[in-house]
Amino acid sequence: MPSQQPASLRNIESRAAWGMLAPAMTLLIIFIVVPFFLAFLLSLTNERLIPRPIPTKWTGIRNYIRVLTDPDFWQALRNTFWFTFFIVPVQSSIGLGLALLINRQFKGNHIFRGIYFLPTVVPMVMVAIIWAGLLQAPEGVINGILRQISFDQIGPYDWLHHEWLAMPTIMLMSTWQGVGFQMIIYLAGLQNIPKELYEAARIDGANLWQLFWFITLPLLRNTHIVVLITTTILAFKLFTQVEVLTQGGPLGATNSLVRYIYVAGFQYQKVGLAAAASVIFFLIVLAIALCQHHLIQTDKD
Amino acid sequence: MSKIIHGTYYLLLIIIAFLMLIPLIVMFSTSVKSDEFLILKDLGSMAAFWPGVPEWENYQQILGDPNMPFLRFLLNTLIIVFSIVFLGIGVNSMAAYALSRLKFRGKGLIIATVIALIIIPVESLVIPLLLLVNRLGWIDSYHVQIIPFIAHPFSIFLFYQFFNKIPKSLDDAAKVDGADFLQIYWRIILPMSLPVIVTVAILQGLEFWNSFLWPLMVTRGIEYRPISVALAQFFGRDPKVWGDIMAFTTLASLPLLVVYFVFQRWFIQSAIGSSIKG
Repeated sequence: MPSQQPASLRNIESRAAWGMLAPAMTLLIIFIVVPFFLAFLLSLTNERLIPRPIPTKWTGIRNYIRVLTDPDFWQALRNTFWFTFFIVPVQSSIGLGLALLINRQFKGNHIFRGIYFLPTVVPMVMVAIIWAGLLQAPEGVINGILRQISFDQIGPYDWLHHEWLAMPTIMLMSTWQGVGFQMIIYLAGLQNIPKELYEAARIDGANLWQLFWFITLPLLRNTHIVVLITTTILAFKLFTQVEVLTQGGPLGATNSLVRYIYVAGFQYQKVGLAAAASVIFFLIVLAIALCQHHLIQTDKD
Repeated sequence: MSKIIHGTYYLLLIIIAFLMLIPLIVMFSTSVKSDEFLILKDLGSMAAFWPGVPEWENYQQILGDPNMPFLRFLLNTLIIVFSIVFLGIGVNSMAAYALSRLKFRGKGLIIATVIALIIIPVESLVIPLLLLVNRLGWIDSYHVQIIPFIAHPFSIFLFYQFFNKIPKSLDDAAKVDGADFLQIYWRIILPMSLPVIVTVAILQGLEFWNSFLWPLMVTRGIEYRPISVALAQFFGRDPKVWGDIMAFTTLASLPLLVVYFVFQRWFIQSAIGSSIKG
């Protein structure tokens, strides 16, 4: 029966495949796919976290109107964008700078690489608390250093409770924690550039700046895209350091989009409203991811 | 001349290294000072960097506080992270093996779906997920912090890519010897996959060691609370006792820092691996 065997073999193979896929697929469906669609559905209702005697009702787009007319939402969105617009270029360029600095053969370069990358493995809650100590007012390390180098002219500032300083302070702290990641990605990108290109250009009389501008930067194009998009999405999820250090304050000056969702859904238990904000948050992240896809596509052409 | 350039170069490297280390140095130095007035005085000066003669009273206090059982929190985090990583490696690699090696209907669709799921940020799912686990009665438990995160689209994708690079002739040879698919996966593919297993373990492990938003919402008491939420809570109490806070923070960061120093090369490899995301 040689003609039947392939069919039954295929059957066995397909059954084995579904068997091996089953655990992962079940979990993905229950904990990602269902919540994903649930977010859309809930955003059209007045659902609360704790069940009420009054049944949940469809409310159409009322939650979206509420979110989009809420000044707190716009402030959180503005803060998140402002944080992202700062973090992305600053972390990427410092990361590139550090990568260029240690991308050479010298004694101990892996020690420096290890130290620069170290803060990225310290969890954000701990980073935030360590910095809270450094930023103490009036007598913290940073105020102390500022006072000494300025001969008592500058400070002391209450970094985390000052409406204009709180967000920049959070940015600074986040850069310190995160920059090792961008450095490592750029380092991997730099090591992919063929050394012969530099040698050829040097024979043609190019100086260091020209080498950087005409060889290094353009050949890192793909790395730039990866770094920019990954950093943007990471920055957009801003939550932990804000929740630990300022709870969004002072006067909402450091509130973020994710924290807005958390406060609406968990603290005020307005699941419908928080779901609407979650959908908006997801759509923004999706737009960023599509941009990346588009950039990479045009790159291939 | 080149000696001067060389010297400046090293000086620059050392200054940056110092900037990266200062916060951690201050953390440790503060944690071994037992006089709170001295700590506040030192924090405003260069003495903040210097531990002096280390005193371990803060550590004794932290480890002996029955209201804030440090070891319990650490154990909770370890249980959660190890369960996710261990179960995750099994579940995700098995799915990836089926997607990479076996022929069946609908495979293309499933691969596309898994890749699409990668871009959904957990933060946009926490509210419906919270409603779901609340109705299931899962609040305040270990499994509410483990089960939703075992299956991980990005880990499946990393395994899938790695398995695609393993020559199929190995499978065929085993098939001739009478091995079934599960045996091929278990005896041939997995033992060859150590690099990707380590990458996935580090990425998923770090992600959930760091996890803060979810445990903040689903743990109520100290019983199941992980170290990150416990530390944030300890820090939130007023008045702030910096010696104790920094001792707590040092203890909480220590396990990960030790693992990092031992497996540094692997951590850096996984960071590079994570950047192909999206």
